[in-house]
Parts: sequence; structure tokens; C-alpha cells
Amino acid sequence: MIPVEHILLLSAALFSIGVLGVMLRRNVIVIFMSIELMLNAVNLSFVTFSRGMDSMTGVIFIFFIIVVAAAEAVVGLSIILSIFRTRKTLNIDEFNILKW
Amino acid sequence: MLIIFYIFAALSIFGGLGVLFLRNPIHCALSLVGTFFCLGAIYVMLNAEFVAVIQVLVYAGAIMVLFLFVLMLLSSKDTDQYANKWPIGKILAGLLSLGIFVQIASLFTAGELQLGPKGAYPIEVVEEVGSIALIGRLLFTDYILSFELIAVLLLVAVIGAVVIAKRRFE
Repeated sequence: MIPVEHILLLSAALFSIGVLGVMLRRNVIVIFMSIELMLNAVNLSFVTFSRGMDSMTGVIFIFFIIVVAAAEAVVGLSIILSIFRTRKTLNIDEFNILKW
Repeated sequence: MLIIFYIFAALSIFGGLGVLFLRNPIHCALSLVGTFFCLGAIYVMLNAEFVAVIQVLVYAGAIMVLFLFVLMLLSSKDTDQYANKWPIGKILAGLLSLGIFVQIASLFTAGELQLGPKGAYPIEVVEEVGSIALIGRLLFTDYILSFELIAVLLLVAVIGAVVIAKRRFE
């Protein structure tokens, strides 16, 4: 049996890496990937708590989180696609006006 | 068992650092796929086979393929992804994420972890009924309203993506 604390530490580390990625990277798609990494870290702690507490709620929750993540990725990438058509760049510092 | 967990944990951290530090976004995406596979392996060790399967199918399969498609579609010239203008910003970002890590970690390393009352599904029940059968039963009884709503959300996302990404003829 894996100690619960170690899995939670892994989850916290992955989450922090995701936060750092969102703040350091300037490519929009890489920022999106960091957000996915954070969602995965949260999923890992959901499974851990679910197993540790003999409950199935966490696993059901992950099902919904993955659906929301997929929807978010699809809509976000299509927004990036349509911004790229007018700005011709993926650098998030260039996306500085709402309407053009 | 424990040593395998540590190997996969190290590999997944390594993949996450790859997302953080690799210059080429395609390499970042592939390194993230590696992280997702390692997390899938950890889910198998935690007796969550269903989560492991959808992790590999949906995350490593569908979502990352979508990311790679968009990356290859948008061949951007600006390869410099770091904001070099303000190095203090990098240090602040590092301190903030370190603070988040310490804060989360101190929650469960300070003392004995209190997990609360045990639920109705111990490991023996899960192994007897099967984790997928159990999830399916719960999803279509207790969580049926959420299930229907999430289906509507998925439909809205599909329609929204098509509408937003469609090329406008002006």
C-alpha cells in the first residue's frame, strides 16, 4: 500500500509545476498544457482521497473533471485558432486588446 | 510496489518539468503525454482502473492529439516563450509556486492525516463488483442528473468550438 502522504506530495508538486508553467511560459498553447497538468494533479489527489476513504465519489468526480477539461481544451484551442488568424502569433503578451 | 510508484512519480515530475523548460512546444506536448501515462500507471496501483483507462484514452489520446494538431496548424515564428524583459517576474513566479507547494504540503506533513469516516466501498467490495461496474451503477443512479447535464455541456462545447473556429468570409 502506497502511503497517502507521498501521493499527495506528488500531486502538490505537479500542481506547483503547472502554476509555474502558467506564469513563466509565454506560448498560449504551453500555458494551456500547464493548466491540463494542474487538472491532472487535482485528479490524482481525488483518486488518493477516494481510495483512502473507501468512497467512490472522487472517482465519479474525476469523470466529470475530465469531461470539463475536454470541453475547455476544445473551446480554448478554437479561440486560440481564431486569434492566431488575426494576430499571427502565439505569444500571450501580444493578445492585449479584446477587439480588433 | 512502492519502488514502482516512486519510479512513476519521478518520471511524471520529470515530464512536468519538461513542459516547463523545453523550448519547442511540440516537445512540451510529448513530455506531457509521458506524464499522463505515468499518472495512469499510478491510478492502476490505486485500484482505479476506469480512471487509468480514460486517462490514457481521453487525456493522452484525444486531448493531446488535439493540442498537437493545433500546434502543427499554427506554425508560429516566435520561438522565444520566456518573458526575458523582467527577470524579477521569474523570481516572483518561482517564489509563488514554491509557496503554493509548501502550503499544500504542510497540510498533510505537519501531523497525522485525518481522513474522516470511511465510505461504503472498501477495496474488497470494489474488487468483487469491479470498479467499472460500480462507477456505471453510481453514474446512472445517484449521479444521473449531473451525467445528463455534463452531456449537454459537451454538446455546447462541440457547437461552440465549431462556431468560434469557423473561418469567417468577409
